[in-house]
Amino acid sequence: MSFLSRQSNYWKRIDYFHLFCWGASIATVLLFALIICEIISKAAPAIQEFGWHFLTGSEWRPNRDIYGVFPMIIGTAASSFIALFLALPLGVSVSLFLSENFLPATPRHFFRMMIEMLAATPSVVYGLWGIFTVVPLVHHYGNMIARHSHSLPFLKGPAYGNSLLTASLVLSLMILPTIASLSRSALEAVPQSLREGAYALGATRWETILHVRIPYAAPGIIAAAILALGRAMGETMAVAMLIGNSQCFTLSLFSPSNTLSALLANQFAEADGLQISALMYVALILVILTLGTNFLGEIIRRHMQKITAEGH
Amino acid sequence: MILGCQQHVGRDDRPWLLKGSSLGLVTQLLTFTLVKSRIAIQLFLSLMLGSFLASCNAHKKDLYGSGASFPAPLYQRWAADFNKEHPGVSINYQGVGSGAGIRDFTNNLTDFCGSDVPLKSSELDKLHGNVVGIPATGGTIALAYNIPGITKLRLSREAILGIFLGKITAWNHPLITKDNPEITLPALPITIITRSEGSGTTALFTEYFSKISEEFEKKIGSGKSVKWPVGIAGKGTDGVTALIKQTRGSVGYIELGFAQGRLSFADLENKAGYFVTPSCESGASALATWSPEKGVGDPIGVGDYPLTGVTWLFCHKEYAVEKGALIKEFLKYALTNGQLMASQLGYIPLPPTVVEQSLKTLEEIK
Repeated sequence: MSFLSRQSNYWKRIDYFHLFCWGASIATVLLFALIICEIISKAAPAIQEFGWHFLTGSEWRPNRDIYGVFPMIIGTAASSFIALFLALPLGVSVSLFLSENFLPATPRHFFRMMIEMLAATPSVVYGLWGIFTVVPLVHHYGNMIARHSHSLPFLKGPAYGNSLLTASLVLSLMILPTIASLSRSALEAVPQSLREGAYALGATRWETILHVRIPYAAPGIIAAAILALGRAMGETMAVAMLIGNSQCFTLSLFSPSNTLSALLANQFAEADGLQISALMYVALILVILTLGTNFLGEIIRRHMQKITAEGH
Repeated sequence: MILGCQQHVGRDDRPWLLKGSSLGLVTQLLTFTLVKSRIAIQLFLSLMLGSFLASCNAHKKDLYGSGASFPAPLYQRWAADFNKEHPGVSINYQGVGSGAGIRDFTNNLTDFCGSDVPLKSSELDKLHGNVVGIPATGGTIALAYNIPGITKLRLSREAILGIFLGKITAWNHPLITKDNPEITLPALPITIITRSEGSGTTALFTEYFSKISEEFEKKIGSGKSVKWPVGIAGKGTDGVTALIKQTRGSVGYIELGFAQGRLSFADLENKAGYFVTPSCESGASALATWSPEKGVGDPIGVGDYPLTGVTWLFCHKEYAVEKGALIKEFLKYALTNGQLMASQLGYIPLPPTVVEQSLKTLEEIK
């Protein structure tokens, strides 16, 4: 009897903990749902007013209550993809370097910590660094490049210091640690037996890296890239400081541009009336974009994992 | 090769051990300091509690306001001086921006708000007519520029319009050089710097140029936040100032107080065709003919600086008994003695006629 009662007590205690965990997880999901609901309800007037034209319109004129975010969508996509394009090869190389035994453990650890430190640096610091270092560089060399590439629309001058390229360069540095550390863990998860097998078959180190480790770790590397892309899309402070905040549509790397998040950060405090709902609409698009990116990343990762598994 | 791999896996763990021991040291040190500083913490807490209780007691004699950031230094100075004359009364003003200030005021979070532009009809509706607007002080906008080696520049109305509409793209354009015969302007491209968020400065600037140019009105229009066809934008006056400083060949509009001593600014052509340096005198001369009904105008005097405007304070018509008297007293101070302070801080005192009219308006507050 006493054993039974003790057991029921035991279960009761577990139950509270269980309840707490359930409550916490449901609260998190509910909170997210509430945020989305709030954004949608605040954005409703703008959604009714502009509908899909909001996405394709290229005019953002708060003084006339005309809102369209096509230039910002392009700016967001361009800046984050350029950043990813620059950071991915670099990040994967870094992760390879850190997961092989090129260096003894202690300096390797030091390198690893330094790269992870990049992730811990506040984005406003990146912004400041960008203003003082990258902006003058892009301004100077941009004009030189623009002068020698008369016809290319992507390199059209005049080059501004605060431009799409400046923001992308700093963004690439900001997402580098995400890519490096996530792909490093993917590379380190490659079973030792596979590597040993490759070496046993007479493969060199590079052959092992290229034909065994990278293919095996590919799902993880791709997931890292997609997560980094998501981060680049949502990054606000550094981008707002560097991209030039121009509402005009541009294809040139050297022209000022704007992103959805920078637009929100810049204009929200002073907005009123329809502009607030237009900005809420922007927030909704941003949420959908980043969620979509992560979702896509997950699908690709699973798909790739299946392929790798079947390959064996 | 294989041996090497195994070795590195084994060695990998060692730095963690090292880290652990150093962590322990840090923890020990922290505990030591914490024990020593416990007394300090207790002191701090009791102080916090004390000030919190004090603030509760004084609650009835506090006035809270927020809004336009441009006049915030002046309002805060007024509040400090008013506090000297009326000990126990504290007035808080936060320069959060006109839009946010109006929102706070409409939501009854503050007792008054500051705005660089008069309230819109939709905003008035939300307040059900329970609002009084009073011009608080004047200000001028300077066109600051960064051209290496040049500190004196004249810009005609036509040149400014051309620059901001994106038609004039280099500093050696004939429309600019013709008014500056004594200097050689470089063939530097022009970078226009604007505000990225809604601002009263943008409103005054665009309203003025919309008034004098149909093309400007059609292509850009007036308002707190507009779409500029060219250039880059910075957040806040500080952001714009920083961008002008760091960009060669840039030009942007900022409040005179911010440009003074930091940047070179241009003499602008007024309606009479004279080039006028922005200053308290030329601004006051432009404001002399200003009236609340006319709003932003194009002053006609020879010495009037064109980009001059007024910033507003809005408060309710009816308050709880004590607060109404208090806010009336404060605004009376602002309109009389406060105006003397304005010129010292780089603002422009209101003309006497406007002050008189505003003092009459104050009587509506209960």
